[in-house]
Amino acid sequence: MQNKKERVQAFFMVLPSILAVAIFIYGFIGWTVRVSFTSWKGMIPDYTWVGLQNYINLLTNDPRFQVDVRNTLLFTIPFVFGTLIIGLISALLLDQGLKGETFFRSLFLFPMAISYIVTGVAWRWLMNPATGARMSGLNLLFSKMGLDFLNSSYTATPEWGMAYIAIPAIWQLSGYCMALYLAGLRAIPDEIREAARVDGANEFQIFRAIILPLLRPVTLSALIILGHMSLKTFDLIIAIAGKSYALDMPSIYMWNTTFDGHVYGVGAAISILLLISVAILIIPYLIYSLRKEAQL
Amino acid sequence: MTRSRARYLSYIPLVLLSFFYLLPIYVMVLTGLKSLDEVSIKTMWDFPRQLSMANFAVAFDELRPYLWNSIKLVIPSSILSSILGSLNGYVLAKWKFKGADIVFPLILFGMFIPYQSILIPLVDFMHKINLYGGIPGLMLVHIIYGIPITTLTFRNYYASIPNELVEAAKIDGAGMFNIYRNILLPISIPSFVVVLIWQFTQAWNDFLFSVVLTSSRNWTVTVGLNNMAGGQIIAWNVQMAASFIAALPTLLVYIFLGKYFIRGMMAGSLKG
Repeated sequence: MQNKKERVQAFFMVLPSILAVAIFIYGFIGWTVRVSFTSWKGMIPDYTWVGLQNYINLLTNDPRFQVDVRNTLLFTIPFVFGTLIIGLISALLLDQGLKGETFFRSLFLFPMAISYIVTGVAWRWLMNPATGARMSGLNLLFSKMGLDFLNSSYTATPEWGMAYIAIPAIWQLSGYCMALYLAGLRAIPDEIREAARVDGANEFQIFRAIILPLLRPVTLSALIILGHMSLKTFDLIIAIAGKSYALDMPSIYMWNTTFDGHVYGVGAAISILLLISVAILIIPYLIYSLRKEAQL
Repeated sequence: MTRSRARYLSYIPLVLLSFFYLLPIYVMVLTGLKSLDEVSIKTMWDFPRQLSMANFAVAFDELRPYLWNSIKLVIPSSILSSILGSLNGYVLAKWKFKGADIVFPLILFGMFIPYQSILIPLVDFMHKINLYGGIPGLMLVHIIYGIPITTLTFRNYYASIPNELVEAAKIDGAGMFNIYRNILLPISIPSFVVVLIWQFTQAWNDFLFSVVLTSSRNWTVTVGLNNMAGGQIIAWNVQMAASFIAALPTLLVYIFLGKYFIRGMMAGSLKG
């Protein structure tokens, strides 16, 4: 029963935002796609069309990009699983209604409020790869505790370096994951657990057969959100390792090609590949979430 | 009996996890409090022999221009962001126009994109409209790329308010904008707090936009800090003190308004 004039008014109220999103998100993505099809190199825009050449080079003929893809996986796997596991464990521990729950919950979540750059500065010193007399940070702490075997360095072996760098990322996001799981756990009615207990199930069986399956949607969304964050990782690596190539990822490569090297065509292609990988994760999730909401 | 013992045992992993979460903060504060003659990295884990605020004083002096830039950016941008989000959320929740069901997901997707995919045109565009290098341009960028999350938060909130309230006002002859101003706006203070805090935190913590779009005079605190930490000039305990100072505003917001911060965070994963 809305009258027409007001509907038009309402539309005009959101029009500036719609236009801003249309230009700054979709228009700019389109523009980047166009740049990625060119051989633009140097400060002056050059829209010489080279088709898919930049993409083909990156995917088949560029050792650095292949290292980046491998590094992304080496980082993503420990980061996502570490975050999920620590998040789930802390949520389970806190779901028992312990004294001090609020305190622990706030403590586990505070890294979400701090910038990667800030914590990166601390982690840079904690994870300093120097050895011998210049040893510092965690390595020094482990040595003092007689746990030398735990000493690690992100520069020694690049494979382990990526996994090592997942520690600060886990630190930053496991509290967030805990919050997601805790919300999921609180939505499970107590009656279900009580009924299982009456039937003689022990706590572990209840967890395996009832709680974990009911948490599956939470796990799925956490997986997708963390996975897409992992693909976009940039600040953390800049803060810990600078642009030292020791810990290279597509976002860093994109930065180097575009803003240091002015090879805009290649930089644009890297960023579009990054966008495609994020879209593959996020679009189905977005559709699923909105459909589920519409059903309610 | 066994369940209550298990409850007590739960404190062991919880305390261990607490150590893990506190470690970087502990190092920052502990190191920051050491006097300047205790800079040796060998004694990183030792307690300061005497407490000194010297590092914090030096760090604050170094960071002062960047802190000021961040404040100039963050306050107006989070206020404007939340006003815009509120208007958008209102229309998308209560005045669905034709095509709104397509427009909304398209807006939402914007909060997940890797910003690398829009950076090249963005820099070019900011040059063209003469907003490159300064705080106003960065502000515009934060407001625009904040549209998805701010719209989502407000839309979810307004959608939870019964339509009857709006319908009743319409029957009484209230117009579209008056319904917003007189009925919905007064009850949306909590959502304003959520969005203000979220946008404040995002803009304060942002690095990528600031490093790409501002000239060194207008660097925000994250860029200033990263630059300071990347060089060899500033002693490492001053760096630690500086990073603590840079973390303090968002940390205080979190300590005092954590409940609202968490709501914003949950909205970002599409879990109202």
